[in-house]
Amino acid sequence: MNDPQYIDEDEVLFRPIYETSKSFYILAAVLVVLLLFGVFMYVRQLVYGLGVTGMNEPVSWGFYIITFVFFIGISHAGTLISAILRLSKAEWRRPITRMAEVITGIVLIIGGIHPIIDLGRPDRILHIFERGRLQSPLLWDMTSITAYFTASTIYLYLPLIPDIALLRDRGGKFNKLYRILSWGYQGTEKQKHVLERAINILMVMVIPIAISVHTVISWIFSMTLQPGWHSTIFGPYFVVGAIFSGIAALIIVMIVFRKVFHFEDYLKQIHFNYLGTLLLVMSLLWFYFTFAEYLTTFYGHEPTEMRVFLYKFIGGYYPFFWLMVICNFLIPLIFLTNKKLKTIPGILVASIAVVIGMWLERLIIVVPSLANPRLPYPTGMYIPSLTEVSLLVAASSAFILGFMGFSKLFPLISIWEIKEGREESVRVVSERLNEYLPSKGHIRK
Amino acid sequence: MPRYGMVIDLNKCNQCGACVTACKLENNVQIVSKENADMGRAMYWMKMLDINYEGSYPEIRPTNIPMLCQQCDEPSCTKVCPVRATYKRDDGIVAQIYPQCIGCRYCMANCPYTAKVFNWLKDEQPVENEKCYNTDVSVRPKGIVEKCTFCIHRLQKAKENAKSEHRKLEEDDYIPACAEVCPSNAIYFGDLDDPKSQVAKLVHDYRKFTLQEELGTKPKVYYLSAKSE
Repeated sequence: MNDPQYIDEDEVLFRPIYETSKSFYILAAVLVVLLLFGVFMYVRQLVYGLGVTGMNEPVSWGFYIITFVFFIGISHAGTLISAILRLSKAEWRRPITRMAEVITGIVLIIGGIHPIIDLGRPDRILHIFERGRLQSPLLWDMTSITAYFTASTIYLYLPLIPDIALLRDRGGKFNKLYRILSWGYQGTEKQKHVLERAINILMVMVIPIAISVHTVISWIFSMTLQPGWHSTIFGPYFVVGAIFSGIAALIIVMIVFRKVFHFEDYLKQIHFNYLGTLLLVMSLLWFYFTFAEYLTTFYGHEPTEMRVFLYKFIGGYYPFFWLMVICNFLIPLIFLTNKKLKTIPGILVASIAVVIGMWLERLIIVVPSLANPRLPYPTGMYIPSLTEVSLLVAASSAFILGFMGFSKLFPLISIWEIKEGREESVRVVSERLNEYLPSKGHIRK
Repeated sequence: MPRYGMVIDLNKCNQCGACVTACKLENNVQIVSKENADMGRAMYWMKMLDINYEGSYPEIRPTNIPMLCQQCDEPSCTKVCPVRATYKRDDGIVAQIYPQCIGCRYCMANCPYTAKVFNWLKDEQPVENEKCYNTDVSVRPKGIVEKCTFCIHRLQKAKENAKSEHRKLEEDDYIPACAEVCPSNAIYFGDLDDPKSQVAKLVHDYRKFTLQEELGTKPKVYYLSAKSE
């Protein structure tokens, strides 16, 4: 490893794999403890039943479903953004795609587990395969999430192969693992061609799957007759929200790793500027959808719908609703339109606000509709219990742990794509540019 | 095939709540501890729904109506069940298959009548209650959804009795516990498709209404509105 032959210009990208600091272990230990506490609380829930949560009647869905929708939303960061950037040949994507794809993989596992945590009888989960009804939106959901998980893990894995081959050639730890995972990749012309083709096919395939996933999740709600849920724009509304929260999560992850692993040379201000602009666009789009959704409700003034509407705007959930508007709209608007505030710390603040705001949005969608059923029941209430809070904490620690684990096995920034960019991009892009521009000799007098 | 339905005459109903207790005992519905009931986890298949209050505390006069699963002809709960743990039988009863339910509570979220109840946990039952369990109805474990089934076990029994006596099932053979116990005979039960049955006549009464007709769920529980004084 200390062989001077292997010290190349992108050494800093390899370093996290071979060097582990003390604070890494401390953080990992803390997160493992939090995760184990969550597991303990879940086992307790298995023993005593779902009564240990704060759910009741009529609020029969709570934190678990909210976290499920939230995490699946975050997963859109990844694959969708990386696929769109690859597809549009945006050169600045090169250091970003890997992290985006990793987010998807980790978050889909965590999000996908949540409906199972929410089940009253998880021991009967196999009934879904045995006697599943395809008419139920829950089955559509399971189908699309598993499809998305398969596609996005392959989409993460394929661009990883050349990097694994690089790691294999360096020798050292986990060499056996790298040898198996790299499939004998040597970087020959033919291998490169096949790999590129496979990536191209997947990146086109992954986009409709990603959109279908969140549309179907919104259909869990909008297929019902509940006031506040039964809305036609829920599909695109959820997709927009998902991409929105996904970009925010991606920015946070990028800023954190930039700081921790010293990726300053790779993730520059310009990357954050571009992503910040994208975040601002999504914020405006999110506001547009939210405005359209609530204005139609208010103007129609149907009594059952209005109960939910007022519950959100001035009733029991007003602090959460207005906090959501501040986090999702006002803060990004202030920080991302102002040149002085659009620095990396400023973008970080906006991104954190968006992640919190989008979690609140899922809360605002799930609970108030259930708390105000159509019949004149007393309005329901929902206060999460320690179990639900600790499982949310456990899910978040699992997310960070997943990333930490990945950073110790594989490079967080695609090394071969950086090298390729350095070697070829300037030429390819200038050739492409010349194609766009009118050529000099053709000016007619 | 019969199509069972119920008519509740609110003019006759004196809101005593006998149907609620009868239902609870007949179907072994779990008795929930006070703390959990305060959290909104009380379990009733038949409950008294407050629809109006007159006067103010302490001289308050609530109006309530007996409320149970509406046994819809177009049920929204059966549509969304991922494992067919709830389904509509040929005789119109919306039934539950307890051993099949995975406890996802989607049916509860989609029921516009909030008629379904979930076994949030298993509280210790009073000893007296455990002694007098109805052996015809299974005791549900924690973690699954349950609801009114029009005392489907009584239908099963009545069918078997009729078969052993070599006769056809008659109208009086099968009647749910709530209808049987009602002291003012406000609850009628029978085959809606049989023109001779009482319910079939009553559903043509000018006072009849169903809850949330506009949703198109076509409930088979009809109410006859109380005449205003």
